[in-house]
Amino acid sequence: MAEKHEKYYVPASSPWPIVGAIGLGLIAFGAGHTVIESSKEIDGWGAEVLLAGLAVIVVMLFGWFRDQINESMAGLYSAQLSASYRQGMSWFIFSEVMFFAAFFGALFYARFIAVEWLGGASNNAMTNEILWPGFEAMWPLTETPGGIESGSMGWFGLPLYNTIILIVSSVTCHFAHVSLEKNKRTPLKLWLGATIILGCIFLYLQGWEYVHAYNELGLTLDSGIYGNTFYMLTGFHGMHVTLGTLMLIVMFFRVLKGHFTPDNHFAFQATSWYWHFVDVVWVCLFIFVYIL
Amino acid sequence: MSTVVGEMDHHDHHHAPTGISRWLFTTNHKDIGSLYLWFSFIMFLVGGSMAMVIRAELFQPGLQLVDPHFFNQMTTVHGLIMVFGAVMPAFTGLANWMIPMMIGAPDMALPRMNNWSFWILPFAFAILLASLFMEGGGPAFGWTFYAPLSTTYSGDSTALFVFSVHIMGISSIMGAINVIVTIMNMRAPGMTYMKMPLFVWTWFITAFLLIAVMPVLAGAVTMVLTDKYFGTSFFDAAGGGDPVMFQHIFWFFGHPEVYIMILPSFGIISAIIPAFSRKKLFGYASMVYATAAIAGLSFLVWAHHMFTTGMPVAAELFFMYCTMLISVPTGVKVFNWVATMWRGSMTFEVPMLFALAFVILFTIGGFSGLMLAITPIDFQYHDTYFVVAHFHYVLVSGAIFSIMAAAYYWLPKWTGHMYDTTLARWHFWTSLISVNVLFFPMHFAGLAGMPRRIPDYAVQFADINQIVSIGGFAFGLSQLIFLWVVIKCVRTGEKAPAKPWEGAEGLEWTVPSPAPYHTFETPPKVD
Repeated sequence: MAEKHEKYYVPASSPWPIVGAIGLGLIAFGAGHTVIESSKEIDGWGAEVLLAGLAVIVVMLFGWFRDQINESMAGLYSAQLSASYRQGMSWFIFSEVMFFAAFFGALFYARFIAVEWLGGASNNAMTNEILWPGFEAMWPLTETPGGIESGSMGWFGLPLYNTIILIVSSVTCHFAHVSLEKNKRTPLKLWLGATIILGCIFLYLQGWEYVHAYNELGLTLDSGIYGNTFYMLTGFHGMHVTLGTLMLIVMFFRVLKGHFTPDNHFAFQATSWYWHFVDVVWVCLFIFVYIL
Repeated sequence: MSTVVGEMDHHDHHHAPTGISRWLFTTNHKDIGSLYLWFSFIMFLVGGSMAMVIRAELFQPGLQLVDPHFFNQMTTVHGLIMVFGAVMPAFTGLANWMIPMMIGAPDMALPRMNNWSFWILPFAFAILLASLFMEGGGPAFGWTFYAPLSTTYSGDSTALFVFSVHIMGISSIMGAINVIVTIMNMRAPGMTYMKMPLFVWTWFITAFLLIAVMPVLAGAVTMVLTDKYFGTSFFDAAGGGDPVMFQHIFWFFGHPEVYIMILPSFGIISAIIPAFSRKKLFGYASMVYATAAIAGLSFLVWAHHMFTTGMPVAAELFFMYCTMLISVPTGVKVFNWVATMWRGSMTFEVPMLFALAFVILFTIGGFSGLMLAITPIDFQYHDTYFVVAHFHYVLVSGAIFSIMAAAYYWLPKWTGHMYDTTLARWHFWTSLISVNVLFFPMHFAGLAGMPRRIPDYAVQFADINQIVSIGGFAFGLSQLIFLWVVIKCVRTGEKAPAKPWEGAEGLEWTVPSPAPYHTFETPPKVD
């Protein structure tokens, strides 16, 4: 790689990183106090600090990206820097994969070890007999050892539609990328717009599914390990889809403003990778949380 | 896209910004490296003073200075600070300073993100430390925050602990992405992978470990948060969860984390021993493969921390054998260091003294690790002072000694001054003696059955604990000599040449001391 570059490019100093650090500090402090205050049902200013932190982060994102875009449009960046961005994004996505891996690990451990052992499997006959008499191991765990009952979520219907929607959106996102690389701006806008709409429909249906689960199935965040893994996995996935959709919307407006060229569109490419990543996570979710 | 450097930022390069804004807005790897190193040193002293509280309380049996709840906060926050605030940022600081210089790059690959990763840390640790002053106190469940101690039985401040760990994790992941991308993408022409200095190689693998496991830690603290505050039961059997599952998730992060804190040390020692033996490193390629093997195995050994949780025998055997397997690549490394010294023209400058102490004392820690790896024997040693002795040998006389060796090796390059070698030798000898007085007797306390993490103990352990405490105070005071040496070296001292150590090799010695603000504006040629 390095052979191509006669001179190095080093970005100038910038105020945005420290702004971002302050923002994250406020978010951590505010979120901590919000949680503590709500658990003790006392008044405080945790939520205000949290919101201030989020506002600082939004300002930081606008400022930092504005500077990046201006510098990129001014032709300041070297091919080497673009490669660094691409590699950085790939490693970031890898870290996200590992975050989901922790929750999938919890799902598998609970399903194949914890629940089975509570039901007396392996050498745990006495655990079942003495500590949790009458508990039967099952998955989905619709009755916990402590006696909480809930329904379970099937895969047919909404989840299946959502799977189809997300897979189709991954395809439309790819078509948008291909159109950009061929410099066909109108198909680019159409495919990108379609991807955004599909993402929004997915999120709407997911919200609907949560309402259905809470109201009709009695499946809540505190109804035992099945509900825990269901909501944590789908919830974190939903947050990632939300973020991905916001990124796609930003890309859409940047496309409308005439940004990106067939060979200089790192932001678009990163967004597209991110979108494919949330899609792959969903397919794993659909298989391991809903079907199996 | 242009491949030539932009003109616009050129004037920034030639006037280094001054004052506080230089440090707040910097994109310079040397500035950020210095920030990391100073931050880690401050945290080392803060975490160290908590250890002093622990040792003062344990000086004699009975409860005299602090109440047990505060004692628990001290052990917990001491661990958290030393792991996430002292050792890891010190290595990141060294990576920032040295990796671009060693591979012939102008800076880190993503300099602005680099600044962001550093500046998150002061906020994260401010939140963690401030939680000590809350009503009910700070985290008191051990740095491993096992459920249900951290869920059912923890104090209000747990949420602050969780979110501060979250942002520490964000910082580490960004720092690691920066290192890995720098190494993959910024090497000078001719600097092939198998020509990279071992410090670069070990950090390359460490960065991979960080990106792989810090998100798992984020998952673990998230589950603790929801279990404590939002009614989930990941770690509660009544809801179908399992407290032991916490330990699986935590140690899946925790064991690779142990290697995150030692692999860069291996790189440092592999730079210093050849320099002062005036020989090439013995078995360069095997060092690289051994590092990779240790990293790979680190994902398969986590449950050796959990032998007493009642796992099936098959699992205990699997984790026991995998753990023992790690001693093979580690042995390769120790053998290579010794073979490098074999028939070398050795001299014993301060960095070499620390490196030699590292090899010997780390090996002692490795051997006690092997003892702990044996499942039936671990049943006896588990949660005793033997474990405390083991991991302090590898982390204090291992990781921290290597960081000090690195500081003494590269300080002339950083500051342009030679340090006061007499004082530095005093620092070495006082540290070496006191660290052994501090940690060696702990083995015996542990073998005799003294449990860890207790503020009081049976009277038969009194003698050993007094010796340990005296060693502890002496070790703590010795580090003030280090602070003095560093401050003196930054401010004044004999002018250091570009290469103060005649046997040293590497690109960092080809540039003047102190290294220019931007080391390489055009790539150097490496053959």
